[in-house]
Amino acid sequence: MTMTVWQSVIMIAAIILATVLTRSLPFIIFSGGRQIPPFVNYLGKVLPFAVTGMLVVYSLKDAPFNAWHGAPEFICTALTLALHFWRRSMLLSIAGGTLAYMFLVQKVF
Amino acid sequence: MVSKGFSPLYPFLMSLLIFAGSVEFVSVNLLLGAFEPLAAFLGAFMLNARHLFYAISMLKPYSNTGWKKFYLIFGMCDESFAINSMTKVPEGVDHGWFMFFVTLLNHFYWVAGATLGALIGSALDLPTEGIEFVLPALFVVIFAEQWLNADAHGAAMTGLAASALCLFVFGTENFMIPSMLLILAIFALLKRRVHA
Repeated sequence: MTMTVWQSVIMIAAIILATVLTRSLPFIIFSGGRQIPPFVNYLGKVLPFAVTGMLVVYSLKDAPFNAWHGAPEFICTALTLALHFWRRSMLLSIAGGTLAYMFLVQKVF
Repeated sequence: MVSKGFSPLYPFLMSLLIFAGSVEFVSVNLLLGAFEPLAAFLGAFMLNARHLFYAISMLKPYSNTGWKKFYLIFGMCDESFAINSMTKVPEGVDHGWFMFFVTLLNHFYWVAGATLGALIGSALDLPTEGIEFVLPALFVVIFAEQWLNADAHGAAMTGLAASALCLFVFGTENFMIPSMLLILAIFALLKRRVHA
């Protein structure tokens, strides 16, 4: 550590402020009785779906650079999906995919 | 963080007060670098810009939740958003309280995990390599669940394709902001023709 405690407190406060701001800005802009424009309403309907797609890509972004160019990620994503379409139990799909991934990266690849 | 010379108090307080995984990892490096609060602010804002999207999506669901709204907004991390935006709250359950507890439990697990890791991390030697796959697994399952519940898949495909394209063009470090701009541009251009 090179910073003083107060310096690191200020740094962390800046990071907290930025994080809270990204989460609250739309609520502040469209607060009170102000009418939400139709386009923003439309975004509110379609964005949750688009964002999930984006998060899938975001969480797997490093896969091509991992061992075997992402073969374990590819296999376990397919397994997670297969489990989910089979039983449709979130817990089973997530646990199954993760345990398979742990096994593959620790014992196989 | 403890392995880099910080007191265990740091991960405890940071997980409690920042409550944003990717930013917390980056802040470790920021705290080890030069004292530049403005750069830290801008960096955290860019990295968390996706939360602007979450907030727009949650304008309606989080309205009419009274004082709980403040905490719901503060605690809107990836996981809270993902669960609160897709779960159908059971009949007869107050949706404000339901989402409040989803967020609170997420927050609790996160702080508990970070603190326990800081206190006993080096003492334990569990073969945890690969456990980070829970995150993609969670998102993939939510994607599948939304897919099964939706009538049209234009919005889901837009998100997937636009970010995959930007990842290819801009690389792993810089693709999130272009992805979000591209998604917005597609929705603006094809207004109301892309459905969820």
